[in-house]
Amino acid sequence: MDEPLNLVLFSGTDDKLQAAAVLTAGAAALGKPVNVFLQYWALDAFRADRILGDHGLAPEAGAEGRAAVDDLRAAGQASWAETLRQAKELGGVDIEACSLSMDLLHLTPADLDPLVDGVEGVTAFYLNAGEGQVIFI
Amino acid sequence: MTLQITQMLDARGLSCPMPIVKTAQAIKTMPSGGLIEVLATDPGSVKDFAAWSRTTGNELVEQTTDDGVFRFVLRRK
Repeated sequence: MDEPLNLVLFSGTDDKLQAAAVLTAGAAALGKPVNVFLQYWALDAFRADRILGDHGLAPEAGAEGRAAVDDLRAAGQASWAETLRQAKELGGVDIEACSLSMDLLHLTPADLDPLVDGVEGVTAFYLNAGEGQVIFI
Repeated sequence: MTLQITQMLDARGLSCPMPIVKTAQAIKTMPSGGLIEVLATDPGSVKDFAAWSRTTGNELVEQTTDDGVFRFVLRRK
């Protein structure tokens, strides 16, 4: 269990971020280190002023998927941001913003939610990833 | 022998992976050998708690099911 799980988050829709948060929390509960690298639209969703907003769903969700997601939320499912917060409380979870995406979106670290630990480039991401799997969402 | 439960966790209604996450958080606050009882309704929790126990070394002492509620007793490593 020593090799980390490495998640590259690209998509910024709530369903994909929820799936990523679940993977992160599950690994953290098992004591597995997790590196999360935020790119493009996923990074945009971590803006402090937008993290609690509605980020939509992947196109394949359709109206039926939208209703199913809303039902689960109404039943008390934790949001992806809250799931990540809980995962971080367990320790071993590092969330980094991709520096290229910071430039793309004209963001500074102060624009990001405190869930994000810092900003790094792809080289640092690979260094921390070690021999662990890299998953792109 | 009656088990001396030192902590209770009601995770009913929480969806995956929150029952395991809350359990992992709670067990960290307990002494080694302490017992925690967890209630969950997440259908994945039976396999999840077994896998979590195997991986983390916290022993799954009891597992029962009653009317859709899964009950787990775990001993901290």
